[in-house]
Amino acid sequence: MLSSRALVRGLQSGFWRRLSTSSGIWAAHTHDVDVTDCSVPQYNNRLDTPLPDVPFVRNLSAEQKKLKEKEKGPWTQLSKEEKLAIYRLTHELSFPEMRKGSKEWMTVLAGVFFFLGFTGLLVWWQRVFVYGDVPHTLSQEWIEKQTQRMLDMKVNPITGFAHKWDYEKKQWK
Amino acid sequence: MISAAVLRGFLGLSRTRAAQTAPLAVRCYSHAKVETDEEFDSRWVTYFSKPDLDAWELRKGMNTLIGYDLVPEPKILDSALRACRRLNDLASAIRILEAVKDKSGPHKEIYPYVIQELKPTLQELGISTPEELGIDKI
Repeated sequence: MLSSRALVRGLQSGFWRRLSTSSGIWAAHTHDVDVTDCSVPQYNNRLDTPLPDVPFVRNLSAEQKKLKEKEKGPWTQLSKEEKLAIYRLTHELSFPEMRKGSKEWMTVLAGVFFFLGFTGLLVWWQRVFVYGDVPHTLSQEWIEKQTQRMLDMKVNPITGFAHKWDYEKKQWK
Repeated sequence: MISAAVLRGFLGLSRTRAAQTAPLAVRCYSHAKVETDEEFDSRWVTYFSKPDLDAWELRKGMNTLIGYDLVPEPKILDSALRACRRLNDLASAIRILEAVKDKSGPHKEIYPYVIQELKPTLQELGISTPEELGIDKI
């Protein structure tokens, strides 16, 4: 179900972060998870902080170490693929990838409607099993007698109820 | 620096620095010293040109600069890119170009101008632009 997967993904993103892997030069694209040590700085993908505190991949494999050594030499001798790999070692997402929208709004909206529906079912159940009949004071005869008594007592004669009754003609004004 | 306020007034200009040389009325409602654009630029060029700049200072400076409501002048970016070279940090150099493009926002003429001004430095240092690496699109 969509909600279950979203919940699991939320838990993963909240409690586990992709700190590092050692499965090759494209480690940044794997989805291994590890428990976060919250006492060390975290890697964050943020538009307003383009240079994060720590690189995305921190435990480098042998090939990645070799690539880092090559980075110390002239950059004109790096190929396009090597430059891209160096970039991905430090940054998980590029700016367009960070700016890309998500379909998570569907999950949120579905959750809202689900709970609204559940509330409706609850109200329906209460209507059937909790609420009884309306009180007898709402019956037509009771309302007529009540109205007559209010008029006899001249309730609010200046601006209120009795003000709208014409006592001479015995009808509403 | 290419201030957003100036851009709002001179949207059609491909180069907006000339507009800042126009004479402006001086108002005396504050005695606080207002830093001029040239002083701002030279302060940041000096910051990034420090020979013993370390990685933290590079990140701190660039993140602070990106936080301002402006697009950095190419000469600031030039010194920042050279700082990346001194620190052997190619990823940050590419990221800086990406951030500048993002800071340009809807003004499509700023980024090509910046790249044009930085082209000699990019070629000298061997820095590829995000377009050349293919990371400017998803």
